[in-house]
Amino acid sequence: MIEIRWHGRGGQGTKTAALFLAEAAFELGKFIQGFPEYGPERMGAPITAYNRIGDSPIKIHSNIYTPDYVVVVDETLIGPIDVVAGLDEDGGLIVNTPEDPQSVTERIAGYGGRVYTIDARRISEEELGRYFPNIPMLGAVVKVTGIMEDRFFVEAMEEILKHKFATKPKVVEGNIRALTRSMEEVVGI
Amino acid sequence: MAIREKLSGNEAVAVAMKQIEPDVVAAFPITPSTEVPQYFSQFVANGQVDTEFVAVESEHSAMSACIGSQAAGGRTMTATSSNGMALMWEMLYIASSLRLPIVMALVNRALSGPINIHNDHSDSMGARDSGWIQLYSETNQEAYDNFIQAVRIGEHTDVLLPVMVCYDGFITSHAVENIEILEDGEVKDFVGEYEPLHYLLDRERAISLGALDLPSIYFEHKRGQAQAMINAKQVILDVAAEYERLTGRRYGLFEEYMLSDAEVAVVVLNSTAGTTKAVVDKLRSRGIKAGLLKPRVFRPFPYDEIREALGHVKGIAVLDKAEGFSGAGGPLFTEVGSALQGIANVEMTSYIYGLGGRDVTVDHIESVFMDLKDRLADGKGNKITYLGIHE
Repeated sequence: MIEIRWHGRGGQGTKTAALFLAEAAFELGKFIQGFPEYGPERMGAPITAYNRIGDSPIKIHSNIYTPDYVVVVDETLIGPIDVVAGLDEDGGLIVNTPEDPQSVTERIAGYGGRVYTIDARRISEEELGRYFPNIPMLGAVVKVTGIMEDRFFVEAMEEILKHKFATKPKVVEGNIRALTRSMEEVVGI
Repeated sequence: MAIREKLSGNEAVAVAMKQIEPDVVAAFPITPSTEVPQYFSQFVANGQVDTEFVAVESEHSAMSACIGSQAAGGRTMTATSSNGMALMWEMLYIASSLRLPIVMALVNRALSGPINIHNDHSDSMGARDSGWIQLYSETNQEAYDNFIQAVRIGEHTDVLLPVMVCYDGFITSHAVENIEILEDGEVKDFVGEYEPLHYLLDRERAISLGALDLPSIYFEHKRGQAQAMINAKQVILDVAAEYERLTGRRYGLFEEYMLSDAEVAVVVLNSTAGTTKAVVDKLRSRGIKAGLLKPRVFRPFPYDEIREALGHVKGIAVLDKAEGFSGAGGPLFTEVGSALQGIANVEMTSYIYGLGGRDVTVDHIESVFMDLKDRLADGKGNKITYLGIHE
């Protein structure tokens, strides 16, 4: 079983990304959990979301304290929140930032595992014309964790997005481009 | 044919509601149950169901509308949480005493105050004496399955009582997990047409409901209600057996997990039972004889069956997600305690946990089992422990 913790801010689609990851893994036949941890529900407030993905039924129903991977959708949370708390050093930290993994590593004390970076803002703004970091982050997560094959993931996401944005085909195309680009552009591997 | 799906608890219950297609749903939104009427009202708007959806101005009105509708002869449902159900309070008692088999999704959330949107069981435990049957659900799957079975249980002529299906707010209601759902037709066939014995719109047999009961007859009506609750136990088992033939999923009054040879056991409701199973697996691999009893039916309370299932266990921890303020342990603890009355050499202890959504981890549950083992060794320990509290 693989455990992932997502840190983002309200309005960035962090919960949605965790649910999409669960849905895509479900299509692969996996046992899945995708759930948010709600605090004060408002734009900009820190939020946490979680994924458990495994090959057998998942019994545990608590938050995740020793994740294999942590995803930071908003890098301003590094510092105010101990994003690497409990993070497995054999796993990794995936951060939305224009910086390289080395400079992020220098900002985070006490984590000796691998750090991956992806400029989700640039990708989102170029492909969607707006800042929605969640879909590019999702692409980076799948690439880094290897939860599923790239091709399978892109196909599953196409179906999920077509269903969700049935009346907006352009949104689907832009998101798929963002997803594919982030899988190519994530660095640290 | 079972359909593999991935749904949150609220989605699963809304789908069950769509498949049952009741005559009337009356509801008022409150976190974390809001999505149930929200999704359901979309099904109504899309023409996927022929249900009358009544958007009311409060939960008191929601339950009042449910009572009126069910009394008129319609199959009726609602959903709520926490203070929403608290506002229904007087109507809960009216629903059960009028013997109206309304089905309610109760997405468990802490009661104010202080105001809190997260999960505990203070809402349903507070309503335990209201005459409603209470079914508890560990997962989205169980919430879905219980919701469908609730219709048949409540409407059975030996019962005729309202049923609340309880599942944990956010933990179950908002988490997307794997689930197997039935075909629409299978659910329709299972619940069947609602054919009430007596109803207000029956022109051939006019009746009056809610008349004044003087001392000469009130007591007998309460005795009848009590008998209905006693009868419910067998009906719950019969409906479960029929549901198992349809789905392959087995339900009883409670679930036993590695209990038959257990020396130490935890009794706990809803989602924490899943976390407890993971801990039992871990402890068993270390040779510790740990087990779990997860009540599914809290009202009626299966005293005799729980006594039989737990009678051999030396150390028992009963975990309550509600304080209860009895000064002597949580509400589930006191019920299990009376079920085990007179059994010698049982160490029983009450744990209050997870109030207001305090997360309950594998480590917490493991500490409960370890405390039980220590208690068996030296006989020492607290009568009541507040698990995971910041001291």
